Amino acid sequence: MSFYEVVRFALRGLSANKLRSALTMLGILIGVAAVILLVAVGNGSAKAISDRIEALGTNTITVMSTGRGGSTSTALTTEIAAALVDQELAPDVASVSPVVSASATVTFEGTDHEVSSFVGTTPSWFAASNTPVGTGATFTADDEAQGRRVVVLGQTVAEELFPGTDPIDKQVTVGGALFTVIGVLAEKSSTGFQDSNDTAIAPLSAVRQVLTGYGALNSILVEAESPDKVNAVQSEVATILNQRLDVATGSTTTPYRIQNASQLLATQTETADTFTTLLGAVAAISLLVGGIGITNIMLVTVTERTREIGIRKALGAPRRVILTQFLIEATLLSVLGGALGVAAALIGSSFEIVGVKPVIVPSSIGLALGVSIAIGLFFGGLPASRAARLRPIDALRYE
Amino acid sequence: MTRPVLDVRDLTKVYGTGEATVHALRGVSLTVERGDYVAIMGSSGSGKSTLMNILGALDVPSAGTYHLDGVDVSRLADRQLALARNRLIGFIFQAFNLIPRTTALANVELPLAYAGVKARQRRERAMAALEVVGLADRARHEPNQLSGGQQQRVAVARALVTEPALLLADEPTGNLDTRSTADVLEVFDQLSGAGRTIVLITHEPEVGDRTKRLVRLVDGNIVTDVRQSPLDRIPVGALQGRHSAMSMGGRSESHDGAGKWARQ
Repeated sequence: MSFYEVVRFALRGLSANKLRSALTMLGILIGVAAVILLVAVGNGSAKAISDRIEALGTNTITVMSTGRGGSTSTALTTEIAAALVDQELAPDVASVSPVVSASATVTFEGTDHEVSSFVGTTPSWFAASNTPVGTGATFTADDEAQGRRVVVLGQTVAEELFPGTDPIDKQVTVGGALFTVIGVLAEKSSTGFQDSNDTAIAPLSAVRQVLTGYGALNSILVEAESPDKVNAVQSEVATILNQRLDVATGSTTTPYRIQNASQLLATQTETADTFTTLLGAVAAISLLVGGIGITNIMLVTVTERTREIGIRKALGAPRRVILTQFLIEATLLSVLGGALGVAAALIGSSFEIVGVKPVIVPSSIGLALGVSIAIGLFFGGLPASRAARLRPIDALRYE
Repeated sequence: MTRPVLDVRDLTKVYGTGEATVHALRGVSLTVERGDYVAIMGSSGSGKSTLMNILGALDVPSAGTYHLDGVDVSRLADRQLALARNRLIGFIFQAFNLIPRTTALANVELPLAYAGVKARQRRERAMAALEVVGLADRARHEPNQLSGGQQQRVAVARALVTEPALLLADEPTGNLDTRSTADVLEVFDQLSGAGRTIVLITHEPEVGDRTKRLVRLVDGNIVTDVRQSPLDRIPVGALQGRHSAMSMGGRSESHDGAGKWARQ
């Protein structure tokens, strides 16, 4: 009795009940596809988050004030920002950019646009925050010192106000003052709710004069010499700030907060991993349900065909041949279902799902396929081996 | 006839334990020579089916020995037992037991497939066996397209396709009407005429009367063992069969309806 012959028996067994075989395969298909696709979605969103954080720049820290509108002694000022540029106390700091921001309405020839973050800063900010200019130029240190009213628009703002025309050298009105557009930012990848292209950047002095006034800074962006010096910069900056803001040594509360992009990245990645695991677990349950489907069908098939097994044994079929036939039937169901599931997942991953571009994790394919085959072999083999062990007379009498 | 095909000594079979113990066989001894045609008769509960299952190696005895063509079947392991069922025994069931949704030809081929015979040879031998039972023209039909008598004749073809030493039939005509019974018995007579060894179970006297030897079983014991005709004489039905074998294909058509009625 050749193996090929047994495979033919198994195929005949499966094709005898086409609808049932197809439905069983569908169960496994959905399970496998769900595992692969959901893990891919989780992975894709994790990747999107880390891309976004990396776009902020991983070699920077952001200093923010926690004393919200409180005493002026704890506010961040330009003097404090200037003090952070110190070769002695902070040798690893590459640049310091004080930042003020407000929302403002930008008007051009009767067209209004509400800019959610109108930022005033120094030219070093562009490099530190990883925000290159697409067309035109950035403002210079001289523009900042002179308080010239020039502005660099984000993509969204430029498209809203200047559809189809070149915005460079046009004049827009912000807070009652005229600003000359000198450049447009390169498009930034933006995932999530906030449009990072809906922004406008102008010199710090001009923005303070027109919009925010000469109060406290919103934040200070500090760039480190290299990504691995970020932690050193953080402690250097903390030392200077403690000095400047009269924080008692050993005090647990500080009037400022330092945000470290690489730390943020680590936390976010961790969160995303948890998310992926959660999705994977939910999908694994559906795979398990598919596996139980196979088990159920194999149990029904074997029970229903116990008489047939008895006949085959009476005709001289060895136990091994019967066991092999049913094992192949179960394996074919799970392998075919699994392969179709992988195909479905690969096709599905080329589409965007709930705003996330799925990124397939290769190991999830192997795992899902392996589990489905293992389930088929184990749970298909169990009833088959029970039936193959029956004495022919017991199998024949089975009703 | 130096070696008997079938040699059973002191066979007992006990079902259940304690209060519910049933002695189906109480020490049966039986020897069947090559070429014999034996009918085992008895009322229901006499143990004849149990005996048949043990002879067919489908069941194991509680005690006693069973030699089949010189092989001690009671000592065989599962694998050799499967081999013995395949090569030494052709079993015919009361309920036909063809594999559903499978053509008559494939059903007859099945024992050859388990014996490891090549596909082409298998087909030839299966067709030859179907020819013997007069159903060559029905080779492509599935069991549910055949009448009861035809199904049983396919089962006979399946039993004899491996050229077994012994043909066992467990009430082969129990589910058939008179016409189909006559057809099947004719096939048996022909096979006996061709020198095959046949043991069958029946409770119908007219079936028992056609055989060469009649064994009566009561409560698990053999009570009578009568030789009805000499071992080497060709049964009456076989002679009739020679004539009718030519027109068998045509005749089987005519009582299709009767067979179907009998099954319903």
